[in-house]
Amino acid sequence: MTYDLDNLKIVGTRPIRPDGVDKVTGRANFGADFKMPGQLIGKVLRSPHAHARIISIDTSKAKALTGVKAVIVGEDMIDIAHELSQTGETAIDVHDLSLNVLARGKVLYDGHALAAVAATTAKIADEALALIDVQYEVLPHVIDVDEAMKPDAPVLHDDMFTKGLDETPTTPSNIASRMEMGLGDVEEGFKHADIIIERSYKTKAVHQGYIEPHAVVANFAEDGTAFVWCSSQGHFTVRDLCAKLLGMDSSAIRVIPAEIGGGFGGKTTVYIEPLAIAMSKLAGRPVKMTMTRAEVFRATGPTPATSMDVKIGVTNDGKIVAADCEFRFHAGAFAGSPVGAACMAGLTPYALENARVVGYDVVSNTCKSGAYRAPGAPNGAFAVESAMDELAQMLKMDPIEFRHINAAEEGTKAIYGPTFKQIGCKDVLVATREHPHYKSNLGPNQGRGIASGFWFNVGGQSNAAVNVHEDGTVTVVEGSPDIGGTRAAMAMMAAEVLGIEYERVQVVVADTASIAHNDGTGGSRVTFATGIAVTNAAEDVVLQLRTRAAADMGIDVEDVVWQDGSAQATKGDAKSMSLADIAAKAARTGGIIVGRSSINARGAGPSFATHICDVEVDPETGYIEILRYTTVQDVGKAIHPSYVEGQMQGGAVQGIGWALNEEYFYNEDGLLENPGFLDYRMPVASDLPMIDTVLVEVANPNHPFGVRGVGEAPLVPPLAAVVNAIYDATGVRMTELPVTPIKMLAALDAYKEAAE
Amino acid sequence: MAKIHVTTTINGDPAEFLCEPHETLLDILRDELQLTGSKEGCASGDCGACSVMLDGRLVCSCLVLGAEVQGSEVETVENIAQGDKLHPVQQRILEHGALQCGYCTPGIVVAAKALLDRNNDPSETEIRYWLAGNLCRCTGYDKIIGAVMDAAADMRGEAS
Repeated sequence: MTYDLDNLKIVGTRPIRPDGVDKVTGRANFGADFKMPGQLIGKVLRSPHAHARIISIDTSKAKALTGVKAVIVGEDMIDIAHELSQTGETAIDVHDLSLNVLARGKVLYDGHALAAVAATTAKIADEALALIDVQYEVLPHVIDVDEAMKPDAPVLHDDMFTKGLDETPTTPSNIASRMEMGLGDVEEGFKHADIIIERSYKTKAVHQGYIEPHAVVANFAEDGTAFVWCSSQGHFTVRDLCAKLLGMDSSAIRVIPAEIGGGFGGKTTVYIEPLAIAMSKLAGRPVKMTMTRAEVFRATGPTPATSMDVKIGVTNDGKIVAADCEFRFHAGAFAGSPVGAACMAGLTPYALENARVVGYDVVSNTCKSGAYRAPGAPNGAFAVESAMDELAQMLKMDPIEFRHINAAEEGTKAIYGPTFKQIGCKDVLVATREHPHYKSNLGPNQGRGIASGFWFNVGGQSNAAVNVHEDGTVTVVEGSPDIGGTRAAMAMMAAEVLGIEYERVQVVVADTASIAHNDGTGGSRVTFATGIAVTNAAEDVVLQLRTRAAADMGIDVEDVVWQDGSAQATKGDAKSMSLADIAAKAARTGGIIVGRSSINARGAGPSFATHICDVEVDPETGYIEILRYTTVQDVGKAIHPSYVEGQMQGGAVQGIGWALNEEYFYNEDGLLENPGFLDYRMPVASDLPMIDTVLVEVANPNHPFGVRGVGEAPLVPPLAAVVNAIYDATGVRMTELPVTPIKMLAALDAYKEAAE
Repeated sequence: MAKIHVTTTINGDPAEFLCEPHETLLDILRDELQLTGSKEGCASGDCGACSVMLDGRLVCSCLVLGAEVQGSEVETVENIAQGDKLHPVQQRILEHGALQCGYCTPGIVVAAKALLDRNNDPSETEIRYWLAGNLCRCTGYDKIIGAVMDAAADMRGEAS
């Protein structure tokens, strides 16, 4: 059922989130906040080399140390064939995952795990790690994606033969796969171009930067079951991946979803969780493991470094006639970068007749890349939107006007297949152009940039139960870890359907034994897909309430409507019954009332965003200050506008960090030089202005309240928006991120010299 | 090496504990005293998630040794709400939706209260620089700054 979006009582308001008080008082329990009696502390031995053959690992001294209760190495893990495990938005190869969790044969990057210990204290565990004797044969390494693609590059995997070519090569390389997608005839299209530009761009690996390091407590029991407490974006994913890696049944592992201290895609797989279970089994005691910040940087999954070529042709009146892109993404040590999504998303804000995108997925000696908020799209958009900005300059056309001429709309066929239904791409551009920010004045050394971006959003599997209690209050039971206020959205939708006060609804994120599988919190899917499940379950409750009331009233259920939180007879003069009235009698009228829904949601409406960024560039130091920033996005219907705005603001700021400061910095030995927050510089409060938001609400017809995912699209435009603003301020086009003051100053000096 | 015996005051109550010389105040709070409201994000003083008050000064508890707090007064996030009444900073953070994952929030609450206790009329810039030691990766800081400004107005007794 759909609702009249102009007449909602709760959806669209800004109540306090159900888990809010626990989170401002320190009560909320995150991954590392849990302990068990008799628990051991587990730690991981990590590779000090970028690429090396493991000649031997001698753990005898570590095992002999008093207080050490378990030691495991790669050989203790079971062998698993290549198999893709679907985790919702992305698929994970469990063979590769097993080798990433504990290396066998070779270590493939600085920080690669190769042994783990569990001991009675953290200090003893550290001592035990130091007693493990590993003999390495250090091998040549490769970090840069373009270097890794060269024929003479050190090869990481002897069994990697490039997929996706007409003929599979007979020699192994670091190119895991090639992909291509397209529309029309690109060569023909370019023949009609008045202006063609061709540019190359590079970005560095950046980390999601969640403040909570990974943490787990696992307790393996003698009956073969395991209890696992951890924070993740998907506790069902943790369960299923651990079961596969350890050869256990999914039902034997019960994962309790701790509160999660940020993820942004980075907590959609496992690292230490299977190690904790395996060592708990060996030791017969619970094992707690917590990553240090350095471990998070060295050995989890940042988004990859990329190298990209873009060629776009336009006519003099601003119509794009052809676009041709090549995106090369490093995946880290194992195949599986988000290059596919980049290919699908990069050009998608535009209606194109002729387009081609070629992508390469490339391995190198860096940690295995993971998902990061709209994985791949920010990189692709950085390249495309930088080129679009340059084209607008060449055409002497307003950059919004240029984008509007070419913007995707209802009926546009996207490069990745679908034909768009109702989308807000043009609405967003119009709202951006009309914003006071866009018309405001700039001073000396100041500039303004805009950029657009697109993200698919996903649906997926969700299920929920709505339990009605005898006193007329309600608990929603769902299975999507709440990373940014989704409990509030669920409570609001349930209260809206039931017609009761928001405060009468509580929301529980249930563990893997207490509710059926839910896909993880990723792909901006929770308020959309889990929101549909909760809405359906609440509607199921309403039907049962009507049925019970009809029986009480002695009329047909068709003659009872649910309005303003009560059952009202449309025939006869029966007195209306509130939810509380009906709930109080439930035990005598058929038992407690429970609504349920299980869905695989389709039709997640895509999101389009355009950002405006003003910068000031200090000509003496190269320091770039963000003066003003506005985000405009098609958000569908905002259930809780504060948390929608928060997604837009947070995504914009992550993008500003990506553009200006953040990078994985490897030395010549291939070792990560900056695995800490001091040297991996994320934006702090004093770096930023307020981030203005404009919510363009183009309802998604596939959701009862019009919801579109909103979480990921805000990270797509900022990289190019910042760089386009720098160009406007200085006349210098920066094509490699991050634009640090050092790089900026060098570019300004070169620009001045060239002008003289 | 023998453990060190430390007598101190935590959140107004007497407390004592034994600690190893290398253990930090954050380790002690979380692992010995079960006060897990203070979070570890970096253990290097860069993120501020472990912010506490030590003898009236805002510190990162990961940069203070447990043994150092002998005879001191420590106040943690657990002591900021009084009974069932939230501090204005906490209340305004909730009203603004100035948290997403909530992991940095305890540190932000402690740090913002420390600011407002010494200056109840800070400018936006002053708040931004005061909180520059508290990383938040979710919110982009906008709503946090707004919440602290409103909390300051509350503490000045101004209606909003």
